[in-house]
Amino acid sequence: MKTLTSLLYILALPVLLILWWILATAGGASFFVPTPADLVKTFIDTWIGERMFTDVLPSIRRLLIGVVGAIILGVLLGLLVGLNRTARAITEPVFEFFRALPPPVLIPVLMLLVGINDGMKVAVIISGAIWPVLLNTIEGVRAIDPVQNETSRSYGISGFARIRYQILPSAMPTIMAGIRQCLSVGLILMVISEMFASSSGLGFAIVQFQRSFAVPEMWSGIVVLGLIGVIMSFIFQWIERRVLRWYNGLKEVENAV
Amino acid sequence: MSTVTTKPARGIGIRRKTTKAKVPNAVWGLIGIVVFLGIWELLPALGIVKPEYLPPASEVLVALAKDFTLTAFWLAVGETMLAWFIGLLVAVLLALVLGLVIGMSSFLRRATNSTIEFLRPIPSVALIPLAVLLFGTKIESSLMLIIYACFWQVLIQVLYGVADVDNVAMQTARSYGFSPFQRIRDVIFPTMLPYLMTGIRLGAAVALILAITAELIIGSPGLGKEIQLAQSGGAIAGMYALIVATGLLGVLINVGMRLVEKRILSWHVSVRGEIIA
Repeated sequence: MKTLTSLLYILALPVLLILWWILATAGGASFFVPTPADLVKTFIDTWIGERMFTDVLPSIRRLLIGVVGAIILGVLLGLLVGLNRTARAITEPVFEFFRALPPPVLIPVLMLLVGINDGMKVAVIISGAIWPVLLNTIEGVRAIDPVQNETSRSYGISGFARIRYQILPSAMPTIMAGIRQCLSVGLILMVISEMFASSSGLGFAIVQFQRSFAVPEMWSGIVVLGLIGVIMSFIFQWIERRVLRWYNGLKEVENAV
Repeated sequence: MSTVTTKPARGIGIRRKTTKAKVPNAVWGLIGIVVFLGIWELLPALGIVKPEYLPPASEVLVALAKDFTLTAFWLAVGETMLAWFIGLLVAVLLALVLGLVIGMSSFLRRATNSTIEFLRPIPSVALIPLAVLLFGTKIESSLMLIIYACFWQVLIQVLYGVADVDNVAMQTARSYGFSPFQRIRDVIFPTMLPYLMTGIRLGAAVALILAITAELIIGSPGLGKEIQLAQSGGAIAGMYALIVATGLLGVLINVGMRLVEKRILSWHVSVRGEIIA
């Protein structure tokens, strides 16, 4: 019974919205909004098949390389800078500037420096998505409880072991918050780097559809992007729950007291 | 408990470090900026990167200084900021009203949860083709993207904020016969305000990103369009100058929003806390 009501809560509104969409478009589809049946059919015709391999998968591959690169570089650099007071003070204004710089403006720059190719798109994703991870790692390392640091020091825990068992875990909640931002920035940059300068990929395909007024196809592309966003967010939440299980437990205990 | 035990240790740590660190952070920061500009200046000068692709910092800064004297530059800034402001304002108002309505009813909260969680991660740039189709290169295109992206940032924070309202306070207000309006104004609003401010701060940064993106990709008027024009016209130093300008704009917005937040929340523990402790 309990699972049934919660299932009802989950499904009721989406079902209502889709019903409303069906009814609203029933009297003949408008130019801008296709009927649901049309959209499903176009979606299957357009994306299941060759386009999957020429547009969708290459885009996702670039996105993954870019995001993983940004996370690894961001955490490593963040540890290096965050552990040193002077390095932190020196880099702060420059990093703040790059954090505030809207990442899409890097596309024309990297087009010049790298040229128009796969490498450019990965470079765009890395150079835009690294900042949230980098700055959150620095902040996470900086905000570590000093008692913890001094305890490690008195127990003679240092070097790699200290980073692995003390610093990374304590900074992890902040780092994960940065990674969440990094994922959405990465997806945005993947799409617009392909819209701006490309001959293949999801962003390019969608813009192509829009330019040729293939409206249902364009909508189906928007659906693909939405699905990628949603799937990425679910995967991230699953990983975050596992990585931060100890932290969420700790907070629950603290809140209970 | 833990805060009590950490305090003496932290005090000692700070005292020892302040006697050691004689150079203030601002000076280090300035050194950092100078080093960064120095590297930028040297890269093309030493031929590591072609000067046609990355002009030296001095050239870009001169171009930026020249931009500052041009009316066209300030018009473009104005256009970007107009889209930023209207988009952010509409998104905040919509999210605030909807967030209050949904957040105050546990039924609505449960019923909308799945839909919100599903719509939120959809990247706003997916709407670019739709915006072009509907509005072309007008400012409405930028607004549509900005409002969509900021709306979720603020809505989520408002929902957290309303959920955070203390039950006892709410029941007290109810037994004292507060009207729904009074309850919103005197109980919910103060609890929610810090969350709302966080949402607005995040939204402000996102709004700038999308304003520039829309201008860059769609070609609606503003700084992003100028960057695109400079790039296709081969005015590379000018393009870098405009990019630096958007970064400075971003820094200004971040700093400004943080100040506003501090001002509005000056009564709140999160801002006041350090003075008492």
